[in-house]
Amino acid sequence: MIIERLPQLYGTKGWLVIAAFLALVCVLMPALYLAVPEDSPFHVPAWLITLLGKIMCYALVALAMDLVWGYAGILSLGHGLFFALGGYALGMYLMRMIGREGESGSELPDFMVFLDWKELPWYWAGTDQFWYCALLIVLAPGLLALVFGYFAFRSRIKGVYFSIITQALTFAAMLLFFRNDTGFGGNNGFTDFKRILGFSLADPATKATLFIASGVTLILALLLCRYIVTSKLGRVLTAIRDTESRVRFCGYNPLPYKLFAWTLSAMLCGIAGALYVPQVGIINPSEMSPANSIEIAIWTAVGGRGTLVGPIIGAALVNGAKSWFTVAFPEYWLYFLGLLFILVTLFLPQGVMGLAQRLRSKRNT
Amino acid sequence: MAVLFAVWLGNAHALDTTALQNLATGDNDARIAAIEALVVAGDVAALPVIQALQDGALQATPAGQLLIVTEAGATDAVTNQPLANIPKDAARITINNRVRRALDAALVAFKLFSPDSTKRLEAAQQLSEGDPILLPLVQKALTSEKDPAVRAALELAQSGMALQSDDSKQRLAAVQSLANSAQEATKTRLLKLLEKDGAGQFAEPDANVRAAAAKAIAAIEQRLKIAEYAGHVFTGISLGSILLLAALGLAIVYGLMGVINMAHGELLMIGAYATYVVQNLFKTHLPQYLDLYLIAAVPVAFGVAALVGMALERGVIRHLYGRPLETLLATWGISLILIQLMRTVFGAQNVEVANPSWMTGGVTVLGSLVLPYNRIVIIVFAMLVLCLVWLAFTRTRLGLHMRAVTQNRAMADCMGIPTGRTDMLAFGLGAGVAGLGGCALSQIGNVGPELGQGYIVDSFMVVVLGGVGQIAGTVYAALGLGVMNKFLEPYWGAVLAKIMLLVFIILFIQKRPQGLFAAKGRAVEG
Repeated sequence: MIIERLPQLYGTKGWLVIAAFLALVCVLMPALYLAVPEDSPFHVPAWLITLLGKIMCYALVALAMDLVWGYAGILSLGHGLFFALGGYALGMYLMRMIGREGESGSELPDFMVFLDWKELPWYWAGTDQFWYCALLIVLAPGLLALVFGYFAFRSRIKGVYFSIITQALTFAAMLLFFRNDTGFGGNNGFTDFKRILGFSLADPATKATLFIASGVTLILALLLCRYIVTSKLGRVLTAIRDTESRVRFCGYNPLPYKLFAWTLSAMLCGIAGALYVPQVGIINPSEMSPANSIEIAIWTAVGGRGTLVGPIIGAALVNGAKSWFTVAFPEYWLYFLGLLFILVTLFLPQGVMGLAQRLRSKRNT
Repeated sequence: MAVLFAVWLGNAHALDTTALQNLATGDNDARIAAIEALVVAGDVAALPVIQALQDGALQATPAGQLLIVTEAGATDAVTNQPLANIPKDAARITINNRVRRALDAALVAFKLFSPDSTKRLEAAQQLSEGDPILLPLVQKALTSEKDPAVRAALELAQSGMALQSDDSKQRLAAVQSLANSAQEATKTRLLKLLEKDGAGQFAEPDANVRAAAAKAIAAIEQRLKIAEYAGHVFTGISLGSILLLAALGLAIVYGLMGVINMAHGELLMIGAYATYVVQNLFKTHLPQYLDLYLIAAVPVAFGVAALVGMALERGVIRHLYGRPLETLLATWGISLILIQLMRTVFGAQNVEVANPSWMTGGVTVLGSLVLPYNRIVIIVFAMLVLCLVWLAFTRTRLGLHMRAVTQNRAMADCMGIPTGRTDMLAFGLGAGVAGLGGCALSQIGNVGPELGQGYIVDSFMVVVLGGVGQIAGTVYAALGLGVMNKFLEPYWGAVLAKIMLLVFIILFIQKRPQGLFAAKGRAVEG
């Protein structure tokens, strides 16, 4: 049944775009990066690969946000937390893989040596196994989201109330991770990674692989989300977004639907974080700051809520603009971002996708 | 220093000449005895001589004449008369470390008579471990001391000295009088009595005195505990009143329009910067009234923040009615712009806002608890603001409109209430209260562009916990969160306390999803 519905997720044009994207990310870009000599005008520099890989991770987060905000009407201001948790989960593995090559030359991660710890805390047990950390990447954010979501949705917290509580959640987590005693490197977090699964992170081939993995994961997540929102479950979710009380009166219990979308979204964020960390090479508690999480919402809003593809475009646009602005006019970036928040909510409630649709329908009439 | 004391002492000159003679000609043992004699005599006129000896300014002739030689000239130490020329055979009196120690003790003792009460307090505190030989001096100081803090310290010193007495009755009396103290230091002193030395002997030989000491320690401990709890309550209420100022406007606006204003923290910041600007204007134009700048800053902070708030409401938020989540994002955008604007105008660094002089210092209660004036002023200020807001809510037409629109916007509209105008004015009121909060914050913390960010999450939690529609909810939630926070902090640390509070709030709204005080009635959700 899943196989049957898969081709119906998108029309011919849609599949062509996806194929083109995959060809670009999996073949063309890595080839231009690895095989073309550096002095050639067609060479893709390493920073661009890193930047685009990073943006694809952000796009995955925006997609996850769209699933809960665009389809279930739950605006989370704490998705940065799930992203960071995924990042920290993989970061633990990467820290263990540094081995004795760290500054301290000890088996323990450097920051533990500086804190004068003699052994790993219990929750670090098993983190030298990749499979275990891979599980943690989805389980840690997933479990947190499940528990938090259960209590929040059960007492029918929604709308802005829910939003500000998620914000408080990520804020509290940030404070917790800032503490050295928490055992996650405090302020500095994790950095100076050396290798993943035995491959050096400095190696261009590893970078290209991570880049490809980000692209493929993004497309897979897009298809999964599309599958969900076009299913019956998706219809109920949309109904909950539009009028939750009526859905209840129709005999549905919104709790499991919301909880499912919410938890899945958190897990996708965790995966995004895990793909992000080895490419960027650092994870620290500032990823959990409330400001970061709100920025995720604006990526989704710029692209257009409830479209799945829109948030991916939105994340690319905003982060592209951010990288350009912070180099060209660093002091104006916040003005621009602030204006973006205001103008998009005032004049582009459907985002770029809505704008495109409006233009198209205008041309047709 | 010596000159200053000489002026202050006037002509009171009847010094113990034999002691002085010993200082001039005796050996070091004789000098120490002489210093002690001078101190016990309690004659402050000896102070310049002792000070000069320590400064190395005291010279003596073999004939026994004492001179104080400074850059300004020489004076006779006994008669305090200036000398035209220094005798040829005068030589500096050299002292060793033992003498210097005796001098230090003597100087501390004489500080008890300084005109500066903080110096007297300092000296009295230093003397609590002092040599019993200084006892007459302390008693003398007690007869003339008026300052209650210094008196308390002196009494403590007196008992501390009596503890070293050989007479067990005196020691017992001293222990019993020490039981009235509320100082950590006294407790430590008494604990020493109960210590055993290497041979298993108590430091205090008399069992009666030991029992009294144990009793006194228990009494002091209880008093310390009370002071500690009182301190938690005070700082908790202080934090709560700040949260109240920060959250009150937020709660009003949320109750009225159902929107959360993410730029609310920045309205606090604007209030704080307005205070800064007023302070600077006073500095440049009215320096003689600088202490009053805060009073002028209060209406300015209110006005500026209210104007900014109304502009936001008319310019942005009005267009987003019925879309609370988008309002959240738009107001966040506003807050980013405001923060960056302040960075551009005032710089990214914190600016300095000084307490006016009448707000510095504090009042000591329960022996060891210091309540800073600025915190007390803020608590009073918050209560005043609360009263005014309550009056505005219940006694004015605008308040009536606000309550009506909060209950049922559509119905209020039908009854002819100008809901748009009410929204604007209510938003202005909420923003103005935030401005007042910023003015208060400027007195206890740093003023910088990120000032508002630090309070925003906490004030949201107040709104969530308190519920909307009634001021009482906000008040209880703010004070409750403030006090709870301060009680949890010592046990779990600031961070874990915050996390515990968050968990508490989440559990609490399981029971009461609408907060402490839900608006009663048949409000229908969409």
